[in-house]
Amino acid sequence: MTDDHSATPLKRTPLREVHVKAGAKMVPFGGWDMPVQYTGIIDEHRTVRSAVGLFDISHMGELEVRGPDALAAVQRLCTNDASGLHDGQVQYAALCYPEGGIVDDLTVYRLAADHYMLVVNASNIDKDWAWVTSHSEGRAEWSNVSEQTALLAVQGPRAEGLVGRLADRDVTGIDYYHFVRGTVAGVAGIISRTGYTGEDGFELYVPAARAEALWTALIEAGRADGIKPIGLGARDTLRLEMKYALYGNDIDETSNPLEAGLGWVVKPAKGDFLGRGAIEAMRRTGVPRKLVGFEMAERAVPRHGYRLLADGHPVGVVTSGSFGPSVERSIGMGYVAAPHAAVGTALTVEIRGAQHAARVVKTPFHPSHTKKA
Amino acid sequence: MANVPAELKYTREHEWAKVEGDRARVGITAFAQEQLGDVVFVELPKVGAKVTALKTFGVVESVKAVSDLFAPVSGEVVEVNAELPRRPEVVNSDPYGAGWMLVIRMSDPKEAAALMSAADYEKLTAGAGH
Repeated sequence: MTDDHSATPLKRTPLREVHVKAGAKMVPFGGWDMPVQYTGIIDEHRTVRSAVGLFDISHMGELEVRGPDALAAVQRLCTNDASGLHDGQVQYAALCYPEGGIVDDLTVYRLAADHYMLVVNASNIDKDWAWVTSHSEGRAEWSNVSEQTALLAVQGPRAEGLVGRLADRDVTGIDYYHFVRGTVAGVAGIISRTGYTGEDGFELYVPAARAEALWTALIEAGRADGIKPIGLGARDTLRLEMKYALYGNDIDETSNPLEAGLGWVVKPAKGDFLGRGAIEAMRRTGVPRKLVGFEMAERAVPRHGYRLLADGHPVGVVTSGSFGPSVERSIGMGYVAAPHAAVGTALTVEIRGAQHAARVVKTPFHPSHTKKA
Repeated sequence: MANVPAELKYTREHEWAKVEGDRARVGITAFAQEQLGDVVFVELPKVGAKVTALKTFGVVESVKAVSDLFAPVSGEVVEVNAELPRRPEVVNSDPYGAGWMLVIRMSDPKEAAALMSAADYEKLTAGAGH
């Protein structure tokens, strides 16, 4: 049980008081005072898998770029190819350093042909802002709208019904990684069919001043669906069961997208972008280590930083691990030397000096239920 | 306010001990399990192991945290809760009952007398953690 003794005051989302009143346990996360759990991580996790959960993820950052060269700026900064996006489409991508390390992972929203929104990790907002504004050229005007933007995620098999009842338009036709502008419970914003849980659901971008009205309306309207507020603890176990990378744990400035299994968002054919040369050099010479998913033979929990061994020799390191409430076993992600990355490979995790058996497995650990096109 | 049974003795590290003759039954308090959150793994010594007062005897893991377990008294482990590997969640649901962890045959019963009373432990935890 650790306390945060740092001198910098923690940042607060517009919903911080709502969480405290709801009995949330608040913890420091990436410089923010955030709810880690309300009723309990396992209960909240299962609520999202079986019904619907409501997350305050207003700590996430939103950077907008507008102008005739906005697309060119996005193309230069991001590994993925945004040129084929149409209005209302979302794309996952990475920002990379010239050396190939990852500045951040993000989603890119095409608001208009000359207007994009980049949604970035909370702990990276300042770093990303400095990065995008210093590496952008031409007629592209950047604005950081993070503080005035609240973000609520409604996730789970009952999310579509709930959001649909409160929205001013049909939401059943919104495909995965697409969005519309509309109102939910009278609050205008962006209704995006995205998430970080592996369940169907929406992320709702609304003005910070309307966050509480939307939160309250969703909790009340969702009561019959069994809605619960969900903290960052369950957000972490939900994404881990999907093997979604978490910046700062599984990916950072020392990891290349190819090692992290993010080769699918790297599009060298689109032309030059930051990091392209280094990533392509690694593609040619071979990827030295790979981010794998593994499961434990018993319940001991693998944690970030623990060593991974094969036949008694160190071959890698755990980047994320937890008991997986849906898979009902201890699971983890970690980098291992490429020869040990195949599904079925026997590994051990060094936990408190002892070797605990693990095995590389197919991922996701739990089947994805996101909306299929 | 977490439940603090009056008949038990407590450590500053949030273990409880129930003295039964020359033996002490040991677990973690309601306050401790609340702070930890969902318990998913408990690592305990084997029967026959020696434990020393205020030294670690095992580990409890919740989804978010790893926490050492400290022996309230010294002695030999004579029983281990065999249910915990299968159902670690009883540490949350029944910390003073089904969630017990060890029974220690005490080598020095005076150690038990020196542990915190329920009233003192309640003072320790009042205002902490929230």
